[in-house]
Amino acid sequence: MKILVALKRVADPDNANKVKIPADGSTIDTAGLEFKPNPFDEYALETALRLTEDGTKPKVRDGEVIVVTFGPADTESTLRAALATGADRAIRVDANDDQLDGLLVAKGLKTLVAEEKPDIVLMGKQAVDGDTNQVGQALAELLDWPMATFAATIEEQEDGLVVGREVDGGVLELSIKYPAVVTVDLRIVSPSSVYSTKTDRSFKYNEGVRFSPLPAIMQARRKPLDTKSLADLVDDTGLKINYLRFEAPPARLAGVKVADAAELVDKLKNEAKVL
Amino acid sequence: MGNILVVAEFGEGKLKRTTHSAVTFAKQAAEALGGTYSLLLLGSGLDAAAQEAAKLGADKVLVADDDSLGQYLAETYAPTVAAIAKDYAVVVAAASAYGKDLLPRIAARTDAGYAADITEILSEGGKISFKRPMYAGNAFGVCEITSALQVVTVRQSAFAAAEPGDSTSAVEAVAIAGAGEAAGRVKWQKFDQVKNTRPELTEASVVISGGRALKEKFYEVLDPLADVLGAAIGASRAACDAGYCAPDLQVGQTGKVVAPDLYFAIGISGAIQHLAGMKSSKVIVSINKDPEAPIYQITDYGLVADLFKAVPELVEQLKTLDS
Ligand SMILES: Cc1cc2nc3c(=O)[nH]c(=O)nc-3n(C[C@H](O)[C@H](O)[C@H](O)COP(=O)(O)OP(=O)(O)OC[C@H]3O[C@@H](n4cnc5c(N)ncnc54)[C@H](O)[C@@H]3O)c2cc1C
Ligand SMILES: Nc1ncnc2c1ncn2[C@@H]1O[C@H](COP(=O)(O)O)[C@@H](O)[C@H]1O
Repeated sequence: MKILVALKRVADPDNANKVKIPADGSTIDTAGLEFKPNPFDEYALETALRLTEDGTKPKVRDGEVIVVTFGPADTESTLRAALATGADRAIRVDANDDQLDGLLVAKGLKTLVAEEKPDIVLMGKQAVDGDTNQVGQALAELLDWPMATFAATIEEQEDGLVVGREVDGGVLELSIKYPAVVTVDLRIVSPSSVYSTKTDRSFKYNEGVRFSPLPAIMQARRKPLDTKSLADLVDDTGLKINYLRFEAPPARLAGVKVADAAELVDKLKNEAKVL
Repeated sequence: MGNILVVAEFGEGKLKRTTHSAVTFAKQAAEALGGTYSLLLLGSGLDAAAQEAAKLGADKVLVADDDSLGQYLAETYAPTVAAIAKDYAVVVAAASAYGKDLLPRIAARTDAGYAADITEILSEGGKISFKRPMYAGNAFGVCEITSALQVVTVRQSAFAAAEPGDSTSAVEAVAIAGAGEAAGRVKWQKFDQVKNTRPELTEASVVISGGRALKEKFYEVLDPLADVLGAAIGASRAACDAGYCAPDLQVGQTGKVVAPDLYFAIGISGAIQHLAGMKSSKVIVSINKDPEAPIYQITDYGLVADLFKAVPELVEQLKTLDS
C-alpha cells in the first residue's frame, strides 16, 4: 500500500485571532505567529500511518507513506517533522502561498500522483488558514478517482476502503475502491476510527496523533526529501482566484455579567427583547 | 450578461432550506450581472421538489431525474452539473456538507475558480466579487474569480432564505451526462441518520450549545431548556468528541455555522474554532463557572455560575415567564 499525504503548514491556528490586517487591507499579517502543520493534515498523516501498520507494532511500516507540501523552503521543517512521525519520504514543491490556489495545488498533486502511483491520497478536509475545503475534491475530479470527504472512520478492505463520512444529519457510509482520494475530519483520530486489515478490531489507538520519539527526529534527517518546482508539475500556473483586499471582522464587545438566572431572564426580555 | 445556476439540495422529497439561501445569493448576483437564475435539481422522484422549486422566482427549473441519481454521490452528479454549468456565469450551492462536497469537483471539471463559504456578494461596474471568512473568521478576504465560469458556495446563515412567490417557473427535464470511471469505484452503503425532533441548528432562532462541562448529563441538562425556548441544540467539539452528543451538533470552524437571534454557550470555554461558528449571533449568553473564560469576551450576558445549578434555575424562571 502506498499513500500520498498532502500537508500544508499554516500560521498557528490557535492564535488565529492574532492575525493583523493593515489599514490598507493589502494583506493578512501573520507576523509573530508560529507556523504549524494544518491540524487536519496531521490527522491525515496519522490516518496514513494507521493504514500502513498493525496497530500493535507501529514501528513496522507495511507500505509507504509519502508526504508532500507546496510551500517555501522553510516548510521543510514541517516535512522533517512528518518524517520523524513515521512518513518514509517527503516532497516539497517550491511555491509561496500567494502563488497558489486550491485548483493549482490539485493540479500539482495530479502530476505527482501520475509519478508516484499511490493507492490512496489522504489529506485534511480543509486548510485552517484559507478555510476553503477544495483541494481533495478537485484532485479526485482531475484524476477521475472516487473520493470520500470528511472521513470520520476508515476500515481497510482487500481492494479499497469503507469510509464513514460526517455529513449534515448523520454519518454516511461509502465504500471506495483504490485508487481513491480521502479527506479527513476531526474524529478520524479517535481510538477506534481507523483499522488496516492487519490491525485487530479490538485494538484501540490513543486519542489523537502520535508523537515522534527523539531518535526518530534524528533519523528523519536522513530520510529522502525531494524538491520540485511548481512549473515542472503544472503548465499554467495562473491563479483563478484573486484577493482584492482583506478586512478585519466586525468587532464584538464584551457585555455585562448578570447576578443570577432571574436577572438574565429580565435582561433578555426587557433589554435585548429576545424572549 | 451573466446567468446564475443554483444547484439545489433536496432530501426526503423536499427542497432543503439551504437552497433558499443560495437562491437569495442568486437573486443578488443576477441583479449585479443583469442576468437571470435557474435552479438545477438532481435525484430521483423529483416531481414534488420541482413544483416547490418553481415557486422561487427562477427563470427555469432544470430537473435531472434518474434512478442512477437516487443517492447523492459526487462522482455521478458532477458530470451533469458541469455540463449544464457551461452555459452559466456563476454556479452556486449552499456551503452545506453537500455543497462543499460537490462544487469543488464542478470547479475542477470546468477549470474554474472556486470561492467557498462566502458571506457577501459585492458588485461594482457589472463585476462581482465575494467576501469570505478566513482564519476561523478572524479575517475576511474580498476576492474575484478570474475564470469565465465562477463557482461559489454560500454561508447559509449569511443569506436569508428566499420566500416562495406567486409566479411559477417553467420546469424542464435535462439530460444526464455519463459518469466517468470514478463512479464505478464508489458505492453508497448506508446513512445513519441522527434523529432530531428539534428545529434545524442552522435555521433556529434560538440555539443552546453545550460543552465539555456537561459530561454525560448533556441532554438531561439541556433538553428542558431547549423545550421551554423551542430551541435547537448545538455543541462544542469537545462535547462531540467525548460522545456526549451527536457529532452533527458541532458548531464552529469545522462544524455548523449559526447566527441565531439568541445563542447560549453553556460550559463552553470559547476557543477560536468554536467562536468561528457562532460569533455572528445577535445576542450571546454564556454560562461558565470560570469568570476568565474567553467566551466572555464576546458575550452579551454572562452568568458566572455552576451550570448544573444555573440551567435548571433558568428553566424555572422561563416557565414563570410563560405562564
Ligand atoms: C482543527 C480543529 C478544529 C476545531 N473545530 C472546532 C469546532 O468546529 N467547534 C468547536 O467547538 N471546537 C473546535 N475545535 C476545538 C476547540 O479548539 C476547543 O478544544 C473546543 O471548542 C473546546 O470545547 P469546550 O469549550 O466544550 O471545552 P473546554 O475548553 O474544556 O471548556 C469547558 C468549559 O466549561 C467550564 N465549566 C466546567 N465545569 C463547569 C460547570 N460545572 N459549570 C459551568 N462551567 C463549567 C470551564 O470553565 C471551561 O471554560 C477545533 C480544534 C481543532 C484543532
Ligand atoms: N500548499 C499546500 N501544500 C500541501 N497541501 C495542501 C496545500 N494547500 C492545501 N493542501 C491540502 O489540501 C487540503 C484542503 O485544503 P483547502 O482546500 O485549501 O482547504 C489541506 O488539508 C491539505 O492537505
